[in-house]
Amino acid sequence: MTATVTNKPTARKAYSAWANRHRKWLFAAPAMIFVGLLIAVPLAWTVYLSLTDAQGSVRAESNFVGIANYLKVFGDTERFWPAVLRTFTFTGGAVATEMVLGMGIALLLWRPFKGEKWVRVAILLPLVATPVAVGMMWRLIFDPNIGFANQFLGWFGIPAQPWLSGQGTALPTLIFVDVWQWTPMIVLILLAGLTSLSEEPDEAARIDGANSWQRFRFVTLPLLRSTVIVAIVLRGIDALKTFDILYATKGKGGGSFHEVETLNVYAFGLSFDYNDYGIASTVLILFFLLIIAIMWMITYRRKGEGS
Amino acid sequence: MTDTVTTHGVPERTAPERMVPRRPRKPRAYPIFRVVVLTLTVLVFIAPLVWMLVASFKTNVDIYDSGKTFFFTPTLDNYANVLGRNNYFTFIFNSFWVALWSTVASLILGVPAAYAMSRFTMQRSAMVVLMARIIPGVSLLVPWYFIFANLRLVGGFGVLILSHMFVALPLIVYIMMSFFDSLPTELEDAGQVDGLTPIGAFLRITLPLSVPGLATAGILSFIFSWNNFMFALVLSGANTKTLPVAIFNFVSYASIDWGSLMSAAVIVTVPIMVIALFTQKYVVSGLTAGATKG
Repeated sequence: MTATVTNKPTARKAYSAWANRHRKWLFAAPAMIFVGLLIAVPLAWTVYLSLTDAQGSVRAESNFVGIANYLKVFGDTERFWPAVLRTFTFTGGAVATEMVLGMGIALLLWRPFKGEKWVRVAILLPLVATPVAVGMMWRLIFDPNIGFANQFLGWFGIPAQPWLSGQGTALPTLIFVDVWQWTPMIVLILLAGLTSLSEEPDEAARIDGANSWQRFRFVTLPLLRSTVIVAIVLRGIDALKTFDILYATKGKGGGSFHEVETLNVYAFGLSFDYNDYGIASTVLILFFLLIIAIMWMITYRRKGEGS
Repeated sequence: MTDTVTTHGVPERTAPERMVPRRPRKPRAYPIFRVVVLTLTVLVFIAPLVWMLVASFKTNVDIYDSGKTFFFTPTLDNYANVLGRNNYFTFIFNSFWVALWSTVASLILGVPAAYAMSRFTMQRSAMVVLMARIIPGVSLLVPWYFIFANLRLVGGFGVLILSHMFVALPLIVYIMMSFFDSLPTELEDAGQVDGLTPIGAFLRITLPLSVPGLATAGILSFIFSWNNFMFALVLSGANTKTLPVAIFNFVSYASIDWGSLMSAAVIVTVPIMVIALFTQKYVVSGLTAGATKG
């Protein structure tokens, strides 16, 4: 208490006491400042840019235009709204398929068996593979002329498909690629949830004569509810923002007819292919609000229903 | 009351109570069904990767020849082309360097933060960090590009590492928070009783106990950085290009050199797969962190 600054050991002690007293913020602050600087400042800037007509060079002058960009984007039925629709189609299609397949595979893997190790290895590989490389790999497999996909169909007498190069087939094909890569993630999450369940409720239902479907539907699934929601939220966030496989397979603008142009691809193209920063920022703000709204709805519902 | 319990779709038993409940006979078909379906699953997940690997050893002539789908003379030309003529050793180093330092820096910032957020239940602060996981990266890229271009930093390693930390930090905080949540506080408390300061207890007791969590967070952060494409696509320069960007640039020309493209794809995926296989336990626990808490 009577520490003098000249007394070195005491000063160190005082410093240590101060550090320990404030360790909560001392520990948390650097990370939060980093994230804050890298998010808050850029986000504020993006909001500002969305109100200007900034375009062209990074250092070019820009004028404040108010909400003109927002009106323009909302009235854009050529690029913006189709991109919104594609984002929902892609995310909905991919996440729903991944949940169903993931649940099926997780249930099959639930009880231990011989060779389990190999299945676990097999499902881990797509998950860690670099998405750009995955995109290139499927690009070769789905090539209409030399790809294995059409060769495979040919063995069964099914006519060749355009896959990624077809205007109507590109998005479903990319949903398939996403399902291939990310179903394992759902399997792992659900499996972690399943293994944490106690066996007693399932056993009790079995003794009461419930069949497997009834036991799954009325015992396992309700117990697994929070895990399922976590899986949907985690996968949903990433699926909404999917960029790598879309850009790697279809390139700028989501293909020549914009057939796979989701909001993320659209915003990226506006920013870095056309340098139309004002409109790009507007699209991004709307995209960001959309993600927040969806996540809020899912978590709000979860709280609302309670447990 | 009993009615509401039994209406959960479970048929009420009509048979008289037995003293020892007999288990319903397990259907024989299930084990066979399970093996068949799981084998198919493994095939679907592995076959495309094998296809990529096989194509990387084919000449372009063989790739175009449907008669040589399975039988062909393997060649290393594609690898020689990619590694030799296309400078891939530089890109491998760039990817490694960025992944390494963004992981190390994120661990230094993220682990103490995760500890404080876990021990002091700083939910709102945690939300701020986790926001980084929700925000679309493009919305930050434009301002970053503005800022870093003005500072003349675009194209250097520093910017790339910073941008990859933006992915790594929330991931590390998320994983380490759920790790610290599950770590009992008794040992720390005992350390403090024995005269350690709270920070001392964290450094000397909690951190050594957290090695599995640190490994999980570190490996996942490395993988995510290695695989990251979008940030490097915009922020990297000719000398700092990472592997995913290098692979993407392969196809910006008119005709695609499929053999070399596939060998480049193998070069980027195989190291990360090998790492993931050797550290499977950690990778899985990281990917599923927080999934069972609800």
